[in-house]
Amino acid sequence: MGAEVVIEGLTKSFGRQTIWRDVSLTLPPGEVSAMLGPSGTGKSVFLKSMIGLLKPDRGRCVVNGVDIVTCSEAKLYEVRKLFGVLFQDGALFGSMNLYDNVAFPLREHTKKSESEIKRIVLEKLDLTGLAGAETKLPGEISGGMRKRAGLARALVLDPQIILCDEPDSGLDPVRTAYLSQLLIDLNAQIDATILIVTHNINLARTVPDNLGMLFRKELVMFGPREVLLTSDAPVVEQFLNGRRLGPIGMSEEKDATQMALEQAHIEAGHSDGTVGEDLRGVVPQIAPTPGLPEREAVRRRKDRVMQILRTLPPVAQQGILDSLTDEDRRRYGITSGQAPLSARPALPRRGERPSPAPRPGYGGDMSATQEIAAVPDAPGRRA
Amino acid sequence: MTTGLAKGDFPGAGALRETGRLFALALDVLVNIFRKPFQVREFIQQCWFIASVTILPTALVAIPFGAIIALQLGTLIVQLGAQSFTGAASVLAIIQQAAPLVTALLVAGAGGSAICADIGSRTIREEIDAMEVLGVSPVQRLIVPRVLASMLVAVLLNGLVSVVGVMGGYFFNVVLQGGTPGAYLASFSALAQLPDLWISELKALIFGFIAGVVAAYRGLNPKGGPKGVGDAVNQAVVITFLLLFFVNFVLTAVYLQVVPAKGS
Ligand SMILES: Nc1ncnc2c1ncn2[C@@H]1O[C@H](COP(=O)(O)OP(=O)(O)OP(=O)(O)O)[C@@H](O)[C@H]1O
Ligand SMILES: [Mg+2]
Repeated sequence: MGAEVVIEGLTKSFGRQTIWRDVSLTLPPGEVSAMLGPSGTGKSVFLKSMIGLLKPDRGRCVVNGVDIVTCSEAKLYEVRKLFGVLFQDGALFGSMNLYDNVAFPLREHTKKSESEIKRIVLEKLDLTGLAGAETKLPGEISGGMRKRAGLARALVLDPQIILCDEPDSGLDPVRTAYLSQLLIDLNAQIDATILIVTHNINLARTVPDNLGMLFRKELVMFGPREVLLTSDAPVVEQFLNGRRLGPIGMSEEKDATQMALEQAHIEAGHSDGTVGEDLRGVVPQIAPTPGLPEREAVRRRKDRVMQILRTLPPVAQQGILDSLTDEDRRRYGITSGQAPLSARPALPRRGERPSPAPRPGYGGDMSATQEIAAVPDAPGRRA
Repeated sequence: MTTGLAKGDFPGAGALRETGRLFALALDVLVNIFRKPFQVREFIQQCWFIASVTILPTALVAIPFGAIIALQLGTLIVQLGAQSFTGAASVLAIIQQAAPLVTALLVAGAGGSAICADIGSRTIREEIDAMEVLGVSPVQRLIVPRVLASMLVAVLLNGLVSVVGVMGGYFFNVVLQGGTPGAYLASFSALAQLPDLWISELKALIFGFIAGVVAAYRGLNPKGGPKGVGDAVNQAVVITFLLLFFVNFVLTAVYLQVVPAKGS
C-alpha cells in the first residue's frame, strides 16, 4: 500500500509574500486526492514543499515517519525515492531523448540489465501513448507529449506516492479522459497514494477520492470528494462552475466594488461566463478498466468516511449515502436512505488510532471537514 | 531560503548570505568529488567542450601577451643595463603571472559562461528539481564533472600559454630587438626555477576550481526566468574575475614569502 503523507501547519512565504499558511491535511494511504485552486495560489509551490525542493517556514510534512522539512539531506534523498513526481512542464532532461529520460531513474537506482530496462521503458511509453517517439528529444515534441513523457518517467520506479502537477494542462479532452483512467488504473494496480493538482473540473469530479482547495493563502477545505462537490461555499461554487461572479477575481482577490459592478452586469443580462448548469453534485467516480483488480482504496475510504459521516455537512452525508450499494448498506447497518443514528460502522475496529483533536479551520462552515481525511486507520479488510 | 525579515536584515546581509552559500556549494563539490560513481562520461564531454571553446582564443591571446611583456621588459631592462637577463625576466613574468591570469580569464569568460548558461537553463526548465526528486544529486552528477573539467583544462591551458608566451617572447627579443639567443637561454636557468612552474600550475588549478564553482552557483540560482539566466552568466563572469585577481594577489604574496628567489 502507498505511504501516508501527514502535513501539519505548513506555511510558506517568499520574502514578505506569504503563499499559504497553516496548511494541514493528510493524504490517506493508497487514495487519490486532488487539490484545486485558482492560478497562482501556490499549488505548485505546495507540491515542491512536500518533496523538500522548497523549504517551508514552519510546519511538518511526515512521510513514513520522516519529517521532510527538518530531516537531513541524506534522509531526504532516501525518502524521495518513494515519490514519483510529474512537474508542471514535464521537466524532461533536454539533452536526452525520451527513451533515456524514462530510463534514467532505472539506470540510477536499480541494477537491472539493459534489456529489462528496455522492456519497462517501452511499457511505460506505451502506457502514456508515446510508443514510437523514443528517439525524439524533448525539444522536438509537443507540450502534451512532454507532459505524458514526464508521467512515464515518474512511474518507472513504481512509486508509493505520485504527485502530478496539472497532468491535464496542455492535453486535449480525450487524452485527459485517458489520463484520468490511467491514474485510476495505476491506483488499482500498485495502490499508490496519488495527489493531483488540477484546474480540470471534470477530472476533479470523477477521479479523486478526496478533494481540497487552496484559496486566499489558506486551505479552504480538504476532505472526501462529496464534501467539496456539494459545498455551498461561494468560492467552491464559483470555481466548480467556472463563473466570473464570486469571490475569485482575475487577480486573486476581488474588492467589494468590483463584485457589485459584476453583480449589476449580470442583473442587466450580461452572461456570467457559464451556460447555466450547476456542475456541483456527486457524480459517479471512474472505476478501473474491467479486468483490473478492484481499487482497495475504495473500501478503505468508505470505512473511513462512514466513521466520520456525522461530522460532515448534511448534503455531503446524503451524497455519500446515495452512492452506497445495497451490500454497503448491510455492512454499515443502514436500513433506509437516512443517515444511521450511530455513524460508526458495525464492524470490529481493530488497530484504530484516535483521530487528532480538531484544529481551527477556514472561517466558513467547513471547519469540521478539514479533519476528515486525517483519520488515519479505518477498520478495513486488512485483518 | 531567504526568510530574513526581522532577523539578519542589516545592510550587506544579502551579500554575506550569498557568499556563505557559495562556500557551501564549494564544500559540497569537494565532498562529492569523492563520492561514487564518478561521472566519467560527463567529465570527458565537459573537458572536451571547455577545451574546444578555450584553446584557440587562448593561443591567440598568448602570442601578443608574450610579445608585450618581452617588449616592455626589453626596453626597461636595456635602460637598466641588464640586457642579459631579458630572457629570464620575461619568462618569470609569463609563467608566474601572465599564464595563470590569461588562462583564468579565458576559462572564466569562455568556459565558465558556457557552464553557467547550461546549468541556468536546466534550472529554469526544472531539470535540476526533477533530478533531485529522482534521488540523484545534481552536484555530484552535473557540477562535479564540470568543475573538475574546468580545473583540468585550466592546467593544460596554462601549459599552453606558458609555451606560446615564452616562444613569443623569444621571437620578439631575439628577432626584433636584436638580443642573442644564447643570452636569452642562459638567463633562463640563472633566475627561473622549477617551483615557478609549480606555482603557476597550482594557480591555474585553483582558478579553474573557482571559475567552475562560481559559474555553477550562479547557474543554480538564477533570478526568475530566462532573463535571469542571462544576468547570471554576466554576474558569474564578473564575480569570477574579481575573485581570481584577488586570489592571485594572495597566492603571489604567499609564494614570494615562502619560496626564496633564485640567486638571492
Ligand atoms: N521561486 C519563487 N520565488 C518567488 N516567488 C515564487 C517562486 N515560485 C512561485 N512564486 C510565487 O508563488 C505564487 C504561487 O505560484 P505557483 O506556481 O505555486 O502557482 P500555482 O497555484 O501552481 O498556479 P498555476 O495554477 O498557474 O500553476 C505565485 O504568486 C508566484 O509568484
Ligand atoms: Mg502550478
